[in-house]
Amino acid sequence: MIALLKLFLTFLKIGAFSFGGGYAVVALIQKEVIENNGWISPKDFIDIVAIAEMTPGPIAVNSSTFVGYKVGAIAGSAIATLGVVLIPITITLIVSVYYNKFKHLKQVDWVIKGIRPAVLGLIAAACIKIAWASIIDIKGIIIALLIFFGVWKLKINPIIALLISGVLGVIFYGVH
Amino acid sequence: MLMDIFLTFFKIGSFTIGGGYAMLPIIQREVVDNKKWLGEEEFLDSIAVTNSLPGPLAINCATFVGYRKAGYAGVAAATLGAILPSFMIILVIAMFFTSIKENPIVDHVFAGVRPAVVALIAYALLKLVKSMGINSLNISISIAVLLLILLLNFHPIFAIVIFGALGFFLFRKEEEK
Repeated sequence: MIALLKLFLTFLKIGAFSFGGGYAVVALIQKEVIENNGWISPKDFIDIVAIAEMTPGPIAVNSSTFVGYKVGAIAGSAIATLGVVLIPITITLIVSVYYNKFKHLKQVDWVIKGIRPAVLGLIAAACIKIAWASIIDIKGIIIALLIFFGVWKLKINPIIALLISGVLGVIFYGVH
Repeated sequence: MLMDIFLTFFKIGSFTIGGGYAMLPIIQREVVDNKKWLGEEEFLDSIAVTNSLPGPLAINCATFVGYRKAGYAGVAAATLGAILPSFMIILVIAMFFTSIKENPIVDHVFAGVRPAVVALIAYALLKLVKSMGINSLNISISIAVLLLILLLNFHPIFAIVIFGALGFFLFRKEEEK
């Protein structure tokens, strides 16, 4: 019971600060769930991010559901998902009610202008930490570079890119 | 009406893979073109506003549209519809995940997928840098946050709060000039 409460509060916190899209949430989860609470291993988390990317729905919601299941089965997944969306829904609802007033608030613009580059920095930090845990040899470096080139220059769809990387994994790591 | 809202967002939630901006055209087609719940301009305005709030774009958009169309009950119907498909899919995958991963081939697949996740995040960063615009202030903030987290083990939420406040005072000053 205590564990579920802690799970809920952790994801409530993550949701409240989830500015700047899915990967910002990945950065927050990696701090809260892996480093602070040790609920899942870094390796499992990266697998979860990959699955979250390949399945329908926002990455933030998908990875929360998954982590929640790992911590507390079905109840855990429901609690983590509810936690991560509750504050965003509440804030958006308040803004919707006062939409015409809020639309022209300069103050919000100012705050966002400061937050955006900060979010970039924290995603970069998460990217480096995740790279540290997931690229373990020269084969991993080659796969990462190939996929980066693929999505950047060849405009390959990220889901297709992940499927390709899976095939590369079988070729590189399966054949000895 | 509530059922219609629920089903529309259930459909959006079922078919939007990848998240974020990948979802926008699909949400737009359903909400603006098919259902005519919002006008084109109103839709883009609402995206601009909800995008400055915390939370996934699709969920915030569902909240906004749900409220516009049917008040609080509309919010519940829309957000539930948007979340439910991915929740159920992930739940099923999570249930079998541990046993599937013991398969050696699946293990190799994920050994290849993990480095690719790094590449995808790096590419997302590249796009974020482009859309943010490069100037000395932006880049200094980004690098400061990166170093604070990596070297001083700063909490990301701390960084958001501090630089949000800094932005408020800095840009207010600029406005007053």
